[in-house]
Amino acid sequence: MTSTGYDVVIVGAGIVGAACADAVSRAGLRVAVIEANHVGGGATAAGMGHLVVMDDSEAQFALTHYSLALWHELAAELPRDSEFDACGTIWVAADDEEMAEVRRKQQFYQERGVPVEVLDARALAEAEPNLRPGLVGGLRVASDGVIYPPCAARFLIERAQASGADLHLGRAVVELTGQGVRLSDGSFIPAGLTVNAAGSWSPALTPGLDVQKRKGHLVITDRYPGFVRHQLVELGYLKSAHSLTTDSVAFNIQPRRTGQVLVGSSRQYGVEEKQVDGLILRNMIERACAFMPGLAKLSAIRVWTGFRAATPDKLPLIGPCPERDRLYLATGHEGLGITTSLGTARLLVDQLLGRPSEIPLEPYLPAHVRQEATHA
Amino acid sequence: MSSESLEYRLQAGFSSAQENSPPEGGTPNSRHTCDVLIVGGGPAGMAAAYCAAQSGQRVSVVDDNPEWGGQIWRGEQAKPTTPEAANWFKQVQGANVNFIRGARIFNQPEAGRLVAETLDGICELGYRKLILATGARERFLPFPGWTLPNVCGAGGLQALVKTGVPISSKKVVVAGSGPLLVAVAAYLRKRGADVRVMAEQAPWARLLQFGLELLSHPGKTFQALSLKRQLSGVPYLAGCWPVAVRGEGQVSSVTLRQGRRTWDVACDYLACGFYLVPNLELPSLLGCELQEEAVWVDEYQETSVPGIFCAGESTGIGGLELSLAEGQIAGYAATGQHAEARKVFPARERQQRFARVLDQTFALRDELKALPEPDTVVCRCEDVTLERLQAYDSWRAAKLQTRCGMGPCQGRICGAATEFLFGWGMESVRPPIFPARVESLARLAEAVPEPINQSQ
Amino acid sequence: MENEKTVTLLVNGAPVTVAAGSMVSAAVVTAGAARFRRSVTGESRGPLCGMGICFECRVTINGQAHLRSCQIPCRNGMEVYTDE
Repeated sequence: MTSTGYDVVIVGAGIVGAACADAVSRAGLRVAVIEANHVGGGATAAGMGHLVVMDDSEAQFALTHYSLALWHELAAELPRDSEFDACGTIWVAADDEEMAEVRRKQQFYQERGVPVEVLDARALAEAEPNLRPGLVGGLRVASDGVIYPPCAARFLIERAQASGADLHLGRAVVELTGQGVRLSDGSFIPAGLTVNAAGSWSPALTPGLDVQKRKGHLVITDRYPGFVRHQLVELGYLKSAHSLTTDSVAFNIQPRRTGQVLVGSSRQYGVEEKQVDGLILRNMIERACAFMPGLAKLSAIRVWTGFRAATPDKLPLIGPCPERDRLYLATGHEGLGITTSLGTARLLVDQLLGRPSEIPLEPYLPAHVRQEATHA
Repeated sequence: MSSESLEYRLQAGFSSAQENSPPEGGTPNSRHTCDVLIVGGGPAGMAAAYCAAQSGQRVSVVDDNPEWGGQIWRGEQAKPTTPEAANWFKQVQGANVNFIRGARIFNQPEAGRLVAETLDGICELGYRKLILATGARERFLPFPGWTLPNVCGAGGLQALVKTGVPISSKKVVVAGSGPLLVAVAAYLRKRGADVRVMAEQAPWARLLQFGLELLSHPGKTFQALSLKRQLSGVPYLAGCWPVAVRGEGQVSSVTLRQGRRTWDVACDYLACGFYLVPNLELPSLLGCELQEEAVWVDEYQETSVPGIFCAGESTGIGGLELSLAEGQIAGYAATGQHAEARKVFPARERQQRFARVLDQTFALRDELKALPEPDTVVCRCEDVTLERLQAYDSWRAAKLQTRCGMGPCQGRICGAATEFLFGWGMESVRPPIFPARVESLARLAEAVPEPINQSQ
Repeated sequence: MENEKTVTLLVNGAPVTVAAGSMVSAAVVTAGAARFRRSVTGESRGPLCGMGICFECRVTINGQAHLRSCQIPCRNGMEVYTDE
């Protein structure tokens, strides 16, 4: 704690930084959030805005499940423009092997108290008539949802400000010293602690951080209410999300409350350019149309790309940065940043206040990760 | 594992036909190659096409409309209304020029290729030289009631009537700014509309000066006098603009203000446009440098990108004759006929002087910034009101939070308005520069033989 | 009636005849509809720009939604629906 100035300075007002700012200032600490561009303007704006529970590891499940419950608690307070919609997810199985995976997931989720429902081919077609015939079935996760993240981020920042936090907008941080942050205009903001929540820019501020950009493409259509009712994901999505080196696409589409359809997804490793990659786009679209042929004729309004912040083990880094003075990390959320922002914020505050957290911290601690790396 | 069963190859069949007719085999896609591709079949594009064709090189023109003519000569291909139009229609149709109709360009996959969407499929266009003649669009400003049905642009209502909307005995108020208002009023009257009044926001003093400038362009003076005659009995009010539109489900009256006087005019249509802004999306996408919100070109109408030329309103609003002059120069220059191009320089110079006067005359007054009320919709695609936008200080921030500009118009309507109201510049352009079908987006880039790994 | 000089199509289920070469927007107006579509908050909207960039003239033609009526020529037998 410093006698003047901020207890905590958070770098980045994306959904993670915003959630952290909100949680930390509600805990009574003096907070500043520094954002170079716009609130919720990075991956927060570029992504799909899904709120989804994931089972690819116990740690991923714990964090997403915990966070999803927090989103449901928050839902009633969210402004209308956040477009919170508990539409649910259906994981789609195209063959028997994937259907076996559906049953494995069902068991996993049921054991952990997540209400899920197995759909056979007929039930799947009823739930989503625009899916092509011949799919085997799916798993419906009713508690999943979607949101429009930039507005949710803004809400969290505003709530943080109402609790006394300061927002410094349009100011770029160039250096994190032990004492605070230095800005591009030369000025210095002292901080008791600094939190690097800069997403795919976080390695620029904390050299040596193993957070890599994972580029994604999205397409949004005009309004076709009812064309798709749930978020739809193919079971191959997990294989795509896990691949470390190959570019991949997977079927993942989402309805917006507006009736627009969001079409994704793609992952590219080691690409820095923002331009739309025509080949990736084509493959992504073909994959999507393979599952939902009716997509082909819909009017598409915009295409864009974004960069997820990815760590080698797919888990975010939440906690003190080893070997760095008074620096915490809240970054590396890959494709789950929207979902896990709220859980991340809680885990961060728990650590700042030294209070026990509701889920085990260990898998997300940067020190833990560093240890893992050295022992590998 | 399951990728084979989910193979979905979008129709990759292309015909290499030069003609723009549905090819054999049922695929609605087509591919055209030429030496000079001209985007836009309005006056500038027509002039460029005719002049370029004199070289004997292969010339194609692509336009999203079904016929030649652009905006100002829309619907006149069968029956031109002026000798000048008649002359250009005859020349371009008599020349060896391929007209690709009903195709709307949405991306440039690589230098030398553009891709356009038609009603049924897509059209790939290969070229060695490119002439952009994408013209201009009207600037719309928000004010209470402006979203009611039957509030149209001035050029907008004219286009609608030209393409069949009945206007006979309908009461019309024409408002906004620019010489277009007068041309539109005269046209609508000729089609039987009861034009009640023309309201021009520019003040009398500037209009009088404009009138004086007209005198040094005999052709334009003649036009102006002819229009005046056609509009006898219709009041033309300067320093006058609409402040509100009223009606249930459609227009029933417009409230006009002039000085301290405010009054209602009962009408069926309000044809209102506040001058013109260049269409810059395609030039920007291609990397052409802009200057003063128009495409920069050198004396031969070449842009900052070698091999790409630009002519007409997109180099700066200047009217019909300037567009024709620039089109001719671009058409000649793109085909190496520089001596012929230089012969048109004096005509262009004269018209450029006129264009500068146009700009000064019809500059928008500040009072128009105060027209929208807090609950007036500014972004029509997403129904974003003025008060929601006022919370932000940049286009991007407003867009992120309110979705203003994220609708199908891609900011073409609201962008000009927010630029005038708040001084916001827009973001850089990204493909698709027009909405396109999802299946067409798969053609954003060149077809490549190997698909990448899918879910492996 | 099929005739080279006119086209007959259906607008909201009722037949409308327009001059050949007319755009669908003309057919909708001729049918007496002022509203082409409803905005996201339910406002009635009609064509604004007349040149295919404002998207206010969108209607459903032969089952396909969001088509700009001001730029689509009428064809015999087309089925056009405006928003209710």
